[in-house]
Amino acid sequence: MSATDISDHGHDIRERFGFWRRSYAMVVKEFIQLRRDRVSFAMIVMIPVMQLLLFGFAINTTPHNLPSAVLLQEDSDLARSVLKALENTAYFRFTREVHDVDEFDNLLKSGKVLFGVEIPRGFERAVRRGDKPALLVAADATDPVAASAALGSLGMVVQTALQHDLYIGDPPEMPFEIRAHARYNPAASSRLNIVPGLVGTILTMTMLIFTALSVTREIERGTMESLLSMPIKPVEVMFGKIVPYVLVGFIQAFLILSIGVLLFGVPVLGSLTLLALLSTLFITTNLAIGYTFSTIAQNQLQAMQMSLMFFLPSILLSGFMFPFAGMPVWAQYLGEGLPLTHYVRIVRAIMLKGATVQNLQYDTLALAALMLVAMIIAVTRFRRTLD
Amino acid sequence: MNGTAGNGIAIDVKGLTKSFGGREVVHDLSMQVKRGSIYGFLGPNGSGKTTTIRMLCGLLTPDSGEGTCLGYDIRRDAERIKRQVGYMTQRFSLYQDLSVRENLEFVARLYGMRDARGAAAEMIKRLGLSGREEQLAGELSGGWKQRLALGACTLPNPQLLLLDEPTAGVDPKARRDFWNEIHALAAEGLTVLVSTHYMDEAERCHEIAYIAYGHLLTHGTVDEVIAKSALTTYTVTGDDLNGLAAELTGKPGVDMVAPFGTSLHVSGRDVTALETSIAPWRDKGGLHWQKSHPSLEDVFIELMNRSKDNFQ
Repeated sequence: MSATDISDHGHDIRERFGFWRRSYAMVVKEFIQLRRDRVSFAMIVMIPVMQLLLFGFAINTTPHNLPSAVLLQEDSDLARSVLKALENTAYFRFTREVHDVDEFDNLLKSGKVLFGVEIPRGFERAVRRGDKPALLVAADATDPVAASAALGSLGMVVQTALQHDLYIGDPPEMPFEIRAHARYNPAASSRLNIVPGLVGTILTMTMLIFTALSVTREIERGTMESLLSMPIKPVEVMFGKIVPYVLVGFIQAFLILSIGVLLFGVPVLGSLTLLALLSTLFITTNLAIGYTFSTIAQNQLQAMQMSLMFFLPSILLSGFMFPFAGMPVWAQYLGEGLPLTHYVRIVRAIMLKGATVQNLQYDTLALAALMLVAMIIAVTRFRRTLD
Repeated sequence: MNGTAGNGIAIDVKGLTKSFGGREVVHDLSMQVKRGSIYGFLGPNGSGKTTTIRMLCGLLTPDSGEGTCLGYDIRRDAERIKRQVGYMTQRFSLYQDLSVRENLEFVARLYGMRDARGAAAEMIKRLGLSGREEQLAGELSGGWKQRLALGACTLPNPQLLLLDEPTAGVDPKARRDFWNEIHALAAEGLTVLVSTHYMDEAERCHEIAYIAYGHLLTHGTVDEVIAKSALTTYTVTGDDLNGLAAELTGKPGVDMVAPFGTSLHVSGRDVTALETSIAPWRDKGGLHWQKSHPSLEDVFIELMNRSKDNFQ
């Protein structure tokens, strides 16, 4: 039967633009519900702000002021110079001075210090004689990230100290050592790397959860029965549930980037418009994936678990936490299937390297492909009946 | 406009069967509902009423069987049926966190009504919900929720209303108002299929059907259903009716003994056997026997007892 037949019954019902009108009805409804849900509404603002402040300040892969102990077996000018030089790197902070090897070992074992420096008896004299005496630096390497940067700085620091104070060594090596020292300058902060990645991580988490709960919530509250008895199509339900959160995601991305720029001094070298566009694509991809979970899960708890199952590999395999190129090949393939992998590349490239859309074609297409796949699964999975 | 419109049949289904997890919930169910009539759907809990209603509006796909709803095939044209059917679920299924007005506007928009705001405002007036339009649906009392739900499913001017136990847990005054509204809607030409447990509501229907354990046991007007039951009922008043009930139960020909207030209904389908069995008490002092018509409730309780033996 045709559209005119319906109006023949005297019902004031329009058939044209049905898709848009029904999607619009759904969008309006979702917005109202979001506004009423104070907790979710608070989460939209609180999650990005809190996480960014926490991670931005707390995660630092080049840690400083690590507690260290020193076992000083001779009290010479050279020994003092070495210690001073070590402290000047800002990696070490000498919190303990010990007098025998046992005490030294115990401090390390108990974790009270991360480093121990032993300056042996007759150190200065041996150096002057050119005997190359051993200067022991023991590190608690259980956290390799914490230890490695500090250990890496040791060699040249000590040499520098020796050259400055005692005029020993080859003067031609000087420029080289200074350059190397600059590499470990505290200004090379890991925040530059982490804040852009955090934009993607936080968006993944919030967007996934918002839509993952959307369909299961309707089923659990019993409203799905009503909704299914009305003439709305699966695509329209999906659009209605995704669109409001695109705006929410956009607000979150804006918040995170503002804090990143203003508080952590992360630059945005590339185009802001491009960043906004690709962020919207990434947000929509995550919403589509969350919505897909929602159409598969039986209840809200399952939807939540699925989101976490997806979230964890996203953090670990996307290159946000560990260098992507350092992962085994199979893990890299897995990582390519995660939207966060592509977004982390995109956001780092735009913010830190000033990349243009030409540089980012592959990752943009990958995001769009993932979004489409998720949407197709969601629409086919959406149960139109209660069977 | 379509095949069956002319002959005035709104629902015409044959042999509907539906199982869940190997358990047959609806068995070979056939029914016809005339346009413009109020059709009562009765039966105990879990008898398959809700499942049948859901199959009629396309929410469930029957395992076998076929039929039409408003002239549309219930298997192929579910989307078209949805446009012209208002379904009121057993459990309140509008959005509790949306206000009265927002819920109605949502429905109006979904059905593509030209002036969603206007239609919602009009319905609020009609429901007598003026002044409550900004109240959240979840905060309404049971009676108001039910009125709102009825309003929401009549808003898009459907031709058929499917009401699943709409008056469960609603006070008598609200029930009466609700039924007046249903009769008013039917007078406007709407077909109404309503499931209920209440006998007084059944008696307000033009036609009724009784379903138990997935089987449609009887249907017709109230009088037809009573006549078809072939039940003979004696009403007894007097002393020690409880003792009498205990003695009569299980006697040949006595299919049912049920107390009704200060009287006792003794019913059976086999008149001769029934009268033989009750003969010893007929002339007993202090008891007054009167042959009467069985009530609808007698008929249903007898049907239910019988179907329990047959299908369980």
